[in-house]
Amino acid sequence: MPMSSSIPLQGQVRRSRPRFGLLAIQTGLAVFICALICAAAFNVAQNLSRAHIASGFGFWNNTAGFDISQTLIGYSASASTFGQAFWVGLLNTLVVAALGIVFATVIGFPVGLGRLSSNWLVARLCGGYVEIVRNVPLLLQLLFWYNAVLKTLPDLRGSLRLPGGAFLNNRGLFLPRADFGAPFAAVLIAIVAAIAAVIALRIWAHRRFEVTGRPVPMAWPTIGLLIGGPLVALALTGVPLRLGELHVSRFNISGGVEILPEFAALVVALSIYTAAFIAEVVRAGVQAVAHGQIEAAQSLGLRFGATLRLIVIPQAMRVIIPPLTSQYLNLLKNSSLAVAIGYPDLVQVFAGSVLNITGQAVEVIAVTMAVYLAISLFVSLLMNLYARRMSIVDH
Amino acid sequence: MKCLTTAIALASLSLLAMQPSSAQTLAGVKERGQLICGANGTLAGFGIPDPQGNWTGFDVDFCRAIAAAIFNDPAKVKFVPLTAKDRFTALQSGEVDVLSRNTTWTLSRDTSLGLDFTAVTFYDGQGFMVHKALKVSSALELDDATICVQQGTTSELNLADYFRSHHMTFKSVTFATGDEALKAYESGRCDSYTTDASGLYGERLQLADPGQSIVLPEIISKEPLSAVVRQDDNQWSDIVRWTHFAMVDAEELGIAKANVEEKKKSDDPEAKRLLGAEGQYGDALGLGNDWAYRIIKHVGNYGESFERNLGQGSPLKIARGLNALWMKGGLQYAPPIR
Repeated sequence: MPMSSSIPLQGQVRRSRPRFGLLAIQTGLAVFICALICAAAFNVAQNLSRAHIASGFGFWNNTAGFDISQTLIGYSASASTFGQAFWVGLLNTLVVAALGIVFATVIGFPVGLGRLSSNWLVARLCGGYVEIVRNVPLLLQLLFWYNAVLKTLPDLRGSLRLPGGAFLNNRGLFLPRADFGAPFAAVLIAIVAAIAAVIALRIWAHRRFEVTGRPVPMAWPTIGLLIGGPLVALALTGVPLRLGELHVSRFNISGGVEILPEFAALVVALSIYTAAFIAEVVRAGVQAVAHGQIEAAQSLGLRFGATLRLIVIPQAMRVIIPPLTSQYLNLLKNSSLAVAIGYPDLVQVFAGSVLNITGQAVEVIAVTMAVYLAISLFVSLLMNLYARRMSIVDH
Repeated sequence: MKCLTTAIALASLSLLAMQPSSAQTLAGVKERGQLICGANGTLAGFGIPDPQGNWTGFDVDFCRAIAAAIFNDPAKVKFVPLTAKDRFTALQSGEVDVLSRNTTWTLSRDTSLGLDFTAVTFYDGQGFMVHKALKVSSALELDDATICVQQGTTSELNLADYFRSHHMTFKSVTFATGDEALKAYESGRCDSYTTDASGLYGERLQLADPGQSIVLPEIISKEPLSAVVRQDDNQWSDIVRWTHFAMVDAEELGIAKANVEEKKKSDDPEAKRLLGAEGQYGDALGLGNDWAYRIIKHVGNYGESFERNLGQGSPLKIARGLNALWMKGGLQYAPPIR
């Protein structure tokens, strides 16, 4: 009998005999906790009104009146509300966390694998990176990137001119906006077509592999299609992409896209710090795969890359995903260190300026906590779904 | 488990508001044996510890005056450094007895925070500091500039108002503490740094090269700075309010640290009432009759405190300006003690 059927059986046995005492304890506990929450909420409301402190969410639609340095949605100090300030802060947090998670993963995986490399230099470099970065507090690293690296860039008047008309100075990176001419649609169509072609090619290659048992080399055709296709379209349409001009005035560079130094410092610090932990998670996951598996793959004649891709990583991922999830959650929560360098994230904008101007600490902090909890639970949910996909499937 | 965490979080949140709303601040202070005073901690001239760790400044002296009135000992104060962001919560939750930290009196703060502003100890206004190299001579030339500002202050709000009303645009970079904002300004992240004018003088001196920055002439707002107490204790609010009035009255009557003994014995009825030689005014406040005498003896009158911390006796050299006595063209005016 396969293992899988015996496990649910146990569960069924347990579920079919609900013990009354256990049920009573659980119900009692649930009621007690609900009562506690109600009592706390009631107590807060009563005490606030006794101390003549305003309460409730009436402030949500009042005019905010303060400026925010980075706004992804329309916001102005004079017209926007505290509610809109909340959304601006939330989006800023999400952008930093999303980019941080991507970069930390992209850095962390190769470093983790690099630590296991048989190349002495690579292994030592990766090991050194992990040990140094992991053992220095994140706040210090953040201040280092912000104060020691980004603030030493030249000032506005001495801006570095980058190719393509971009400027770099201690106010940030100023990129010209891309103006898309009408024929640019052809390029977009070429990109979509290239992606479709790659998918079709992959399906065909997989079928052919199933039939012949011989793998079809896919790497170069994929790259060629994805890059070559749009490039050909660009050339045929006569390069319709035109970069906008930046206007350099006395105090400002305007007319383009601006990446603030606070944003850059936060993304860099979070990515590099979390990558060190992810590298360790990856190393542990790979080492958890029985060595016999690798030897078996090699004896079947699989190359190093194929062994890693087909044998080691799928098994290692099962070990990696749970601790990887908690690293992602750490990164999300660590993004609130933004307050130290003045990046307008949720904590800085909402639990900072909004809390202060309205004075409604209880409401603002409760909302902020609920938001972090909700995002964390959502990230966990996604990672659990992914873990389920990666788990062993019984045939 | 998650439920439990939520419950604990909510319970601890409710603790914030669970402080006893007693009208017994004075009794509590006396029982404790010291006053707990929320102060700035980083602002030269108003509240900053000196290299020996002794707190100094105009706002600090005000708390020492309250301690002198209660205990006859200006040293019986514990100072708690607070950021602009944390100050009101610290006072609401009972962590400090009084907030003496360059705090602007506004209607919304007075009505929605459950707090009372006592009396204006310093009339201030918001100004701008810029790098000299920019060759800017007026705030009206700052169109499109990047401006560093401290979070949770009226400065943050006035800034947006000022630029809007003059049809100018700006970019702000907001920091949690004044120190961080000043550092960012110094490194060139911002063209200008804005806060109360009195603060600008003090913070300019903290720059590596103060000569490279200038304070612009425009004052863009009214910033009446006041000590703040919780709203639920009228007796305590009276004590804090009249501590300031006593210091102003003393200056008006020419009573200073040096001559307080002889003034007490003088024939001037106003001086006698202030210093407790006549009437029961101190008792009515819940303090001893010689409460004001103690303030003057230990801390001095309003003018002495001003000159020592902000004026000619200090590195800041701020003129009395609006803070001169009413008789000398200023706004400092105290009700009579009788």
